[in-house]
Amino acid sequence: MEAAGVAGVEPTRARVLSLLAERWLFAFLALETLYFCFAAEGFANPNSLQILLFYGVEIFLLAMAELFVIVTGGIDLSVGYVLGLASIVGTKLIGALAGAGAPPAAALALGAALTLAVGILPGLVNGWLVAYLDVPPFIATFSMLGVCHGVSELIIEGVYAMGLPPLAAELGSGHLLYYAPGAGMSFLARPEVERGTEVWEIVPNVVVLAAVVIAVLWFALSRTRFGRHVYAVGGNRDAALRAGIPVRRRLLAVYALSAGLASLAGLAYALKYVSGKADAGAGSLLDSIAAVMIGGASMFGGSGTVGRTVAGCLVIAVLELGLRMRGTPTFDKYVLVGVILVGAVVIERWLPGKGR
Amino acid sequence: MDDYLLETRDVVKRFGGLTAVDRVSVGVRAGEALAILGDNGAGKSTLIKVISGVHPPDAGEVWLEGRPVAIRTPRDALAAGIETIYQDLALAENLDVGANIFLGRERLKRRLGLKVLDDAAMRAEAAKVLERLDIQIPSLRATIRTLSGGQRQAVAISRSIYWKAKVLIMDEPTAALGVAEQRKVLDLVRTLKDQGLGIILISHQMFDVFAVADRLAVMRRGVKVGERLVKETSPDEVVGLIVGSETVGAERAAVKPMS
Repeated sequence: MEAAGVAGVEPTRARVLSLLAERWLFAFLALETLYFCFAAEGFANPNSLQILLFYGVEIFLLAMAELFVIVTGGIDLSVGYVLGLASIVGTKLIGALAGAGAPPAAALALGAALTLAVGILPGLVNGWLVAYLDVPPFIATFSMLGVCHGVSELIIEGVYAMGLPPLAAELGSGHLLYYAPGAGMSFLARPEVERGTEVWEIVPNVVVLAAVVIAVLWFALSRTRFGRHVYAVGGNRDAALRAGIPVRRRLLAVYALSAGLASLAGLAYALKYVSGKADAGAGSLLDSIAAVMIGGASMFGGSGTVGRTVAGCLVIAVLELGLRMRGTPTFDKYVLVGVILVGAVVIERWLPGKGR
Repeated sequence: MDDYLLETRDVVKRFGGLTAVDRVSVGVRAGEALAILGDNGAGKSTLIKVISGVHPPDAGEVWLEGRPVAIRTPRDALAAGIETIYQDLALAENLDVGANIFLGRERLKRRLGLKVLDDAAMRAEAAKVLERLDIQIPSLRATIRTLSGGQRQAVAISRSIYWKAKVLIMDEPTAALGVAEQRKVLDLVRTLKDQGLGIILISHQMFDVFAVADRLAVMRRGVKVGERLVKETSPDEVVGLIVGSETVGAERAAVKPMS
């Protein structure tokens, strides 16, 4: 059999272009970060990273949700409003449990668990519509977007959801580790110090939560049979079917996972802002999808990785923080994200790669 | 009864009001290749899908090695040793050779108590079976997307060999292949016959049929209209069966005055 591909014709040029295609994202991220270190006051500071990650937690989680769905060749438009619904349900449930006398930690744990259980339901409906009734993902998830929005408004009747116990705010805004000269290291609880003493805050709790979840997702997608099947379903659904892969079950699982992650993001939101809102995640939908695309996933499914999606999220987060610190009006961010997104898609499409 | 490896007995498959396969009985022996021919819509693909578990039959039976088998899903067919290579090859373009050969039947290893994909083992097994069939693939880490049509066919065939297929069904195996690659695929088919597999071949290419098939069956509108030994028939007769011999006779009659 003859050898395939460009390699035999212009080896060096093709290989250089191929390398560029693979590495452009990380190079771009590095350059972007470097740029803002010089262009924006106060950006070059370890605390910037923490701020960036803290505010970006919801987008990171939503981007993970979208990644799995996009790899199967679908899309989930409902994640923003599932986040909102979960922030409301979580706030109300935890608040109610704490108010009924449960110790705050138990109220939080139980309330969170129940919220996740409820939050997965829209995902199960999405998955059922897409996998068993053959409804196009765009339509199915668009409908659930409306349903979640409606249910959210029904619950809160125009007012924010409130009533979380103080422990929620402590966890939500708190960090894993604290250090104060004189008081030493402190785990989870802010040390008592004299006025004016600087306390080092190391790694916000919600970021730790997101990091652990993302690590688990990375493992699932790249190392397990489930992950391999997700790629297969997106790459050639017929082939997967004929190879005996339970395609419909996988699709159901992926949409349920998406809603579960969106609900987790909703809980994170509730802890961070100590309240629940119907449109808490509305603005994050497009950013999360853009992050997945900038990370190189194909709109048609079959490609995309957790690592590159995280890089995509960072590209957007760095841009946002950098622009804000530079004092640029917000609308510049939208234009730039759009330009980067188009650039990313063009690069992925036109430069020869290993067929990722 | 004949010593068929695989046979269908009066298989029927309907879709709503349309009878795609109407009481069709065909059989293939071990070490033999049966070609199934027919025009578009004749029911060839549907018959194949019944045998490979994509469409359970509405009536009739499928027998394997002298016993009836219930094939209701693709997994049943695979478990029975019936492998199918579809026209679109049923390969995932975004995955590599090893992943495709083990698609749906992935090899796992234990790491810290968890079941994890064993890509190294899958790649090694893939290399072995490709070597056995003397197939050259430049890089096993590259995705299928980078391979030529002939190489993809080879991977698909290797997959069937690896899973110890008893019966191999090939749907238009040389369509969209260059001449040299077509020959390679036909050589592979002969190798598989020598190894004792039963091959069922759907093809529009008369050349392929007369090159590797031992017997052929022609379908028209869901019905088997004829069965011949390849060495006792001719392409003309076969075409006649495919379109309906009256038409071929009329064309001959119209041409005669010229000569």
